[in-house]
Amino acid sequence: MTAISVKGLTKSYGDLVAVKDATFEVPLGTICGFVGPNGSGKTTTIRMLLSLISPTSGSGEILDEPISHPERYLSRVGAMIEGPAFYPALTGAENLRVIATLGGFPISRIPELLETVGLAGRGDDKYKTYSLGMKQRLGISAALLPNPKLLILDEPTNGLDPAGIQEIRDLLSKLAKEGVTVFVSSHLLSEIEMISEYLVMLRKGEVIFFGKTEELLHRSRPTIVVRATKTSDLKRLKKLVDEIGNPALLEGDELRIDADEKWGAELNELAFENEIVLKQITPVRPTLEETFFTMTEEER
Amino acid sequence: MKIFRAEWRKLRRPTLFFGSMGAVVAVTALVVSLLFLLIDSEMGNADRGQRITRDILALPSGISIGFSSSAGLLGIVALCVFAAQTAQEYTYGTLRSLLVREPRRIRLLIGKYLSMGLFAFFTVLFSAISSVVLAFALSGTAKVSTVAWTTSEAWTNLFETFVNVLISTFGYGTIGMVLGLLLRSPISSISIGVGWLFIVESILSIAWSPSGNWLPGSLLSVVANGGAPIGVTDVPSYSEAFIRVSAMTTAAALVTGYMFKRRDVAS
Repeated sequence: MTAISVKGLTKSYGDLVAVKDATFEVPLGTICGFVGPNGSGKTTTIRMLLSLISPTSGSGEILDEPISHPERYLSRVGAMIEGPAFYPALTGAENLRVIATLGGFPISRIPELLETVGLAGRGDDKYKTYSLGMKQRLGISAALLPNPKLLILDEPTNGLDPAGIQEIRDLLSKLAKEGVTVFVSSHLLSEIEMISEYLVMLRKGEVIFFGKTEELLHRSRPTIVVRATKTSDLKRLKKLVDEIGNPALLEGDELRIDADEKWGAELNELAFENEIVLKQITPVRPTLEETFFTMTEEER
Repeated sequence: MKIFRAEWRKLRRPTLFFGSMGAVVAVTALVVSLLFLLIDSEMGNADRGQRITRDILALPSGISIGFSSSAGLLGIVALCVFAAQTAQEYTYGTLRSLLVREPRRIRLLIGKYLSMGLFAFFTVLFSAISSVVLAFALSGTAKVSTVAWTTSEAWTNLFETFVNVLISTFGYGTIGMVLGLLLRSPISSISIGVGWLFIVESILSIAWSPSGNWLPGSLLSVVANGGAPIGVTDVPSYSEAFIRVSAMTTAAALVTGYMFKRRDVAS
């Protein structure tokens, strides 16, 4: 059983293809990052999953129910799409009561949820008095109202300060440990990299990768960053590693060599044999952001 | 029922509920006061300069005249509430939250409509009560006999007027909701709705009187009055007006409901 499974999902607006032939799966119980630059089709895909817009073609399943029958699965799904949206004249708690009543969820959970997202004590204040971060937290608590099996969040950390981002990150990890599948979209790749074990990557409406985050990061060659006691020695070292076939780039007082970290010992030996004293050998794995840019560059 | 209760949570908030009811009572009081206090005025004491005499007011139906004269204003309130409550779901972006919790869109619309219908019922009830209380209070000043007002005929007439005003208020509300769904903006739907029903229709009726037989605002006015208003002759009968305006609003509601069901929610 998968939490989300889509096949050939496409959404066109006239000649504009917002999402093209999207096919991916999200396993149950994982935190899955849904990444891509602004305008890549993330929100459109999420809207199709939540039946807010109908696909031009293709199919999908959420919690083993077809997306053409949202009434069969939405009671088990929590969602925040395109930021929080509430009634400004109502209090935070009353807004949650409206949603809880509509969905048939217990109103008794509201104080607990407000506390979970750090809004305890502010629930009786009108929504229009909330800061952007507080609105975002209220949106997350609304998404948690159904006690969901699948949580779909669109840019949940927008407007939050670093401490707030950390809290949300911890909350999502906690939910995942409890068995909730979290499908979280963001253009902040560093954020996603920290919490996601699974990734769906979009570019210009097309899925360019879906699978384990680790698998994606291992696709890019790591780099070894080297520093020598004498900076002038780095030129000699560059020549030596280039001859072996590992391209290197000299940047200021460091040499960046495209090589696996296991090659570090051999590099150290090579430097020693050539009387070059190294003061630092650091294997560096490419970040998700770097990998993403490499991949999208390749796609161009 | 869940949708009805969720919508009612929004409608019952004190500023909206008591604000609207206060406005309804104030408007009714104004209409009834003008009816009784200007009874001897050469300029008339009713809509469009008509004169409602003591003899007419002393009839069993006299107790309901002030109330039925307020129907148009109750219609404005209903149109505004239905249009604003519907269109604001688009402007606040809350429609997507509602549809995630209730994806059966027609059910959502029906639940919202019934909840707003209850709100409209209260506006009509408050208007009826305040008009009757004020009519009794001002009858002495205006030297209008109230003997016939306490007969069973008077109360039957008042009940019939209540039902007719309620039907007309629902009609205005339906138009408001249709405009809210089509225009997706409270300001546009209210201004276009009020502008059309109370300004454009009046101009059209004056320019070419038969047009009133087919204009929704004019037809709803006939329904609210239980037939032709006093002093007006060239209008359709109550049943004709009821059938025509019901057909118009039902058709508009069905077409808009179908569009709402099919339309992508992208905001």
